Amino acid sequence: MSYHVNEKGYYGNFGGAYVPEMLYPNVEELREKYLSIMSEPAFQHEFLLLLKDYVGRPSPLYLAERLSEKYGTTIYLKREDLNHTGAHKINNTIGQILLAERLGKKRIIAETGAGQHGVATATVCALKGLECVVYMGAVDIERQAPNVARMKMMGATVIPATSGSQTLKDATNEALRDWINNPVDTHYIIGSVVGPHPYPDMVARFQSIISEETRAQLKEKTGKVNPDYVLACVGGGSNAMGMFYHFLDQDDVKLIAVEAAGKGVESGESAATTLLGKEGVLHGSRSIVMQTEDGQVVEPYSISAGLDYPGIGPQHAHLFASARAKYVSITDNEAMDAGLQLARLEGIIPAIESSHALAYLDKMEFKGDETVVICLSGRGDKDLSTYMTHFGL
Amino acid sequence: MNRIKQLFEQKRNNVLSIYFTAGYPNIDSTLDIAEALEKAGADFLEIGVPYSDPLADGPVIQNSSQKAIENGMTVKVLFEQLKDLRKRVSIPVLLMGYVNPVLQYGVENFCSKCAEVGVDGVIVPDLPMYEYEELYQDCFIQNQLSNIFLITPTTSEARIRRIDELSNGFIYLLSTSSTTGKNLSVSSQVEDYFSRIKSMELRNPTMIGFGISDNKSFSKASEYANGAIVGSAFVKILAEENYLEKIPEFIGSLKGKEAVSY
Repeated sequence: MSYHVNEKGYYGNFGGAYVPEMLYPNVEELREKYLSIMSEPAFQHEFLLLLKDYVGRPSPLYLAERLSEKYGTTIYLKREDLNHTGAHKINNTIGQILLAERLGKKRIIAETGAGQHGVATATVCALKGLECVVYMGAVDIERQAPNVARMKMMGATVIPATSGSQTLKDATNEALRDWINNPVDTHYIIGSVVGPHPYPDMVARFQSIISEETRAQLKEKTGKVNPDYVLACVGGGSNAMGMFYHFLDQDDVKLIAVEAAGKGVESGESAATTLLGKEGVLHGSRSIVMQTEDGQVVEPYSISAGLDYPGIGPQHAHLFASARAKYVSITDNEAMDAGLQLARLEGIIPAIESSHALAYLDKMEFKGDETVVICLSGRGDKDLSTYMTHFGL
Repeated sequence: MNRIKQLFEQKRNNVLSIYFTAGYPNIDSTLDIAEALEKAGADFLEIGVPYSDPLADGPVIQNSSQKAIENGMTVKVLFEQLKDLRKRVSIPVLLMGYVNPVLQYGVENFCSKCAEVGVDGVIVPDLPMYEYEELYQDCFIQNQLSNIFLITPTTSEARIRRIDELSNGFIYLLSTSSTTGKNLSVSSQVEDYFSRIKSMELRNPTMIGFGISDNKSFSKASEYANGAIVGSAFVKILAEENYLEKIPEFIGSLKGKEAVSY
């Protein structure tokens, strides 16, 4: 079975490009050109050079000894938190800004939830001297002030999305509307493996550096390229897709995607899309979507703003439907405990998103000494006040 | 015969279509508005099925959709209300909405319900041509529903030809590449685009939409197409008090003649 996109833009039943005619030329231009641009030697050279000298890649694969001791198995952390701007998001924005340059675009738009993707976009726009407009839910602007300040410092314009629930989903709508109104000179840097084809595939390819490096690093450290388990958290699913990418066809590697259960899957305040969602169309692709019986998209909840999305990328929907990856969920409280535990055992404060992946260790049973790789997708600096409040520190 | 085809056979020029959102401003205002529009002289109607994430729409229609959802409007409720449609309205009626609510209702159910209540066509802006042909076309044809495609200033000639082949009703010509509710400014660029389409001599009638808000823009659009569609400018009226009474005056002003009174 293929886990990759077919020539029609589908992963099994999922994917496609459900966009109004106004967006068709933009999406079609990308679809026609993304693979050829990405395979140009000059593009690859600049992309890899920036990842090395600007982002600081390869990110370390760190053997977490005290964490391993606690769970009685061997646990490696893929340290995306050490990237410039503090998360995996920049792998994709570097790739897309180089693509936008080659498409002759002068203006960049993006959506952001917690602000990590917005910051990563503002960063690469400053790097390349391109105009940057970031849409962010009015509610998120309030609760993520430091990231708003970072974007502004780097010269981006942050526009509040005041429609709907005023969070990530609405910021995405606003960015798509901007693109409809500015079809010629603007490139939309989508931050996750969502959106119309070719975005899910393009973003997955840019993020696939995570698993590419992991395999080489594992080989060097253990002599084997494949671990027993690979874990990552999933909102839209970009760090997970990057972490899974080069393992998809390795049948001996078990892939585990961790969604945010919020206050509990049954609580009505959750973002566990594969458990609570149904097949549907959101933001240009057919996937699994949290929605009412009537097809209205439901507002999800998670303590982590980066996992607070009512859908998942279409490739994830396919991995879920085909059972290639296992989709599980972790509550706010479980994630927060895992974040604190990592801080105390390893001296690493993880983003709350990444804490969800860490928390799943508690629910696993290991047969003797197995090898586990967890994608530590981001650092927890942005979440300090949430941790402080939660634990009364 | 499909009412849309019939209309364009009888009327080739200055055809006026009005869009409004079902369930807005009140849950049960849908048919009252439809009836008032026909009486006031609209040639056909597009009833919007509200959706939580209407990405092709500007603020006016977004707000009306959100309010309609809060009022309790759903596809199911709408079809329930439309049971009486043909007792009260004789002009063609289309449903316009996004693909997800249609998918959840079930495409086959949706099409057969449309036929049952007397809906003549459907506009689903985010349903791509490929998916339409693969999965939906048979069902539309069986139920004699017109599927209306959009074209924009950037749609290629080859694609316009393909759309013309697949269309059966009319083609929705977007005045500019934009979301709904912006005012049309007819630049020489826009005129070139309208003229280019006109000179293609498509087999389907064309209706210009997006940015048509008054007699000036309606007349201008009618020079290049069979008529025009007014959405946001009308939905704004529905936010006012006694909106039903204001409909004749609004339609009259669009058409550029004295208001017809009840």
